[in-house]
Amino acid sequence: MQYKSQAVAKPYFIAAIGLFVGQIVFGLVMGLQYVWGDFLFPEIPFNVARMVHTNLLIVWLLFGFMGAAYYLVPEESERELQSPGLAILMFWIFLIAGALTILGYLLVPYSTLADLTGNALLPTMGREFLEQPTITKIGIVVVALAFLYNIGMTILKGRKTAVSLVMLIGLAGLAVLFLFSFYNPDNLVKDKFYWWWVVHLWVEGVWELILGSILAFVLIKTTGVDREVIEKWLYVIIAMTLITGIIGTGHHYYWIGTPDYWQWWGSVFSALEPIPFFMMTVFAFNMVNRRRRNHPNKAAMLWALGTAVMAFLGAGVWGFLHTLSPVNFYTHGSQITAAHGHMAFYGAYVMIVLTIISYAMPMLRGREAANSNRSQVLEMWSFWLMTVSMVFITLFLTGAGILQVYLQRFSDNPQPFMVVQDKVALFYWARELAGVVFLVGLVVYIASFFVGSRDAEAVTSTAE
Amino acid sequence: MAQTFTKAMARNIFYGGSLFFILVFLGLTFDTTSAIPKRDNRANLTETVALGKKLWEKNDCIGCHTLLGEGAYFAPELGNAYKRLGGKEGIIAFIKSRPKDGIPGRRSMPQFNFTDEQLDAIAEFLKYSSEINAGGWPPNIQG
Repeated sequence: MQYKSQAVAKPYFIAAIGLFVGQIVFGLVMGLQYVWGDFLFPEIPFNVARMVHTNLLIVWLLFGFMGAAYYLVPEESERELQSPGLAILMFWIFLIAGALTILGYLLVPYSTLADLTGNALLPTMGREFLEQPTITKIGIVVVALAFLYNIGMTILKGRKTAVSLVMLIGLAGLAVLFLFSFYNPDNLVKDKFYWWWVVHLWVEGVWELILGSILAFVLIKTTGVDREVIEKWLYVIIAMTLITGIIGTGHHYYWIGTPDYWQWWGSVFSALEPIPFFMMTVFAFNMVNRRRRNHPNKAAMLWALGTAVMAFLGAGVWGFLHTLSPVNFYTHGSQITAAHGHMAFYGAYVMIVLTIISYAMPMLRGREAANSNRSQVLEMWSFWLMTVSMVFITLFLTGAGILQVYLQRFSDNPQPFMVVQDKVALFYWARELAGVVFLVGLVVYIASFFVGSRDAEAVTSTAE
Repeated sequence: MAQTFTKAMARNIFYGGSLFFILVFLGLTFDTTSAIPKRDNRANLTETVALGKKLWEKNDCIGCHTLLGEGAYFAPELGNAYKRLGGKEGIIAFIKSRPKDGIPGRRSMPQFNFTDEQLDAIAEFLKYSSEINAGGWPPNIQG
């Protein structure tokens, strides 16, 4: 660790991992509710479990992004963070607000939570992924502004690199686009249209800039390849991301009451969205092949290559699978969507956060560059357990989705939703089983922070 | 990448390309805004419908159902529930009849104890939603 203030990243990473565990536990609850309909009913109905599952995901990824920024920006800017104290204060505010929100979901009925938090004054609740009470949303904005000030000032006063600038653009875009979550018109079509400005332009837009910059940073550090080369790749990748992804928003505007021309704009541009992800895969492998040194942190390299591959598969391939409007006509809002969502979020965003944690955490805990061999071996086991089980979760959901689409929408005798759900239950059971393996992988991951932590640090002597 | 292709060129493609497509997107948004009055059923967007949407949100219905295909995939699509359940009466009767403790072993909608006025508003909201021109989606009555 080159700068003392990088240490503020540590609590952010720890919180991220803690909330990740909660997310997975509730994922398993939901998975079980799919096949055991009244599990925990009426205490924790499915929608509550889902809110907890998705909101925890968003919050822990934000913790991860902020931790990543606090870690890499001082190093890129070659100066201490503008205000480490502010970063710690915002950590606690965000954590407490997040925890209270989740407890609110779990302890009182959602409508009561809406009343308690004065939702009627500015109704923003009850929309997918934006279920947070309005005051929580305002809190998110405050935290984001303080965070941007802290990061922005550090960058402005220090060395400006492509990595830190791209990250700043991504984070600023994240904050600005979130403001659309406060716009909730009575007109359902308009509501849905601008809701995607948060959701799509986050995950298929500005978040990819954050992803790209973190990946570029880790590759610069671990491969020793010239910064100029890596930053050139970064610019080309994110250029393709926004060139395809902004108009690609149109693939959400096929069936919500917006004009039919979106079927053309959305299909053509979103069909190109896999390109930047494919470039990212080529980029990561190219840089690792051209490495000038063997970094002792093999686990971090594995995560970096893994995220490049899995983001391409999950976001690129599984996204393309149902993005063309004639296909989407049948698959829209089915288990195909769920399959894509799982692998895309895991591949692109979960894995990039785990990449930067894997890279930075050893230093944050006082190591020179890497954990012990024993610890890394365990971490790599967790990589494979989680990644392979996520592949199977995706495949089982895809199987369920294909059957669902056929039986409910495509065949000559379309059958009712619940009849079809019963018929595909086998796939849901298999998905749940894969989910249990994922949880095992997560436990192994956490164990890797404790096992071998007193062993000597891994060294690079092992020639490849 | 060849040496003639520099980082500065890549950066310019990023800024120029992004800006260009942001402007195209804003242009399309402007056009969409002027085109949707013909499709979004705003003529029937009454006070009651607005109340229905508030109730829809306040009870997180989207946490289980899809509406025009967006939401959760645990329970049936509701964009055409008005047609599938046989109009407002069908919708109201279904919501009212949900058992408080669920159905053993099966998925069930919670009992929300809505008033008659609230039930009417929700049904009106789903009627309004079903009359939005959504490009012929869903493919059939099963949603």
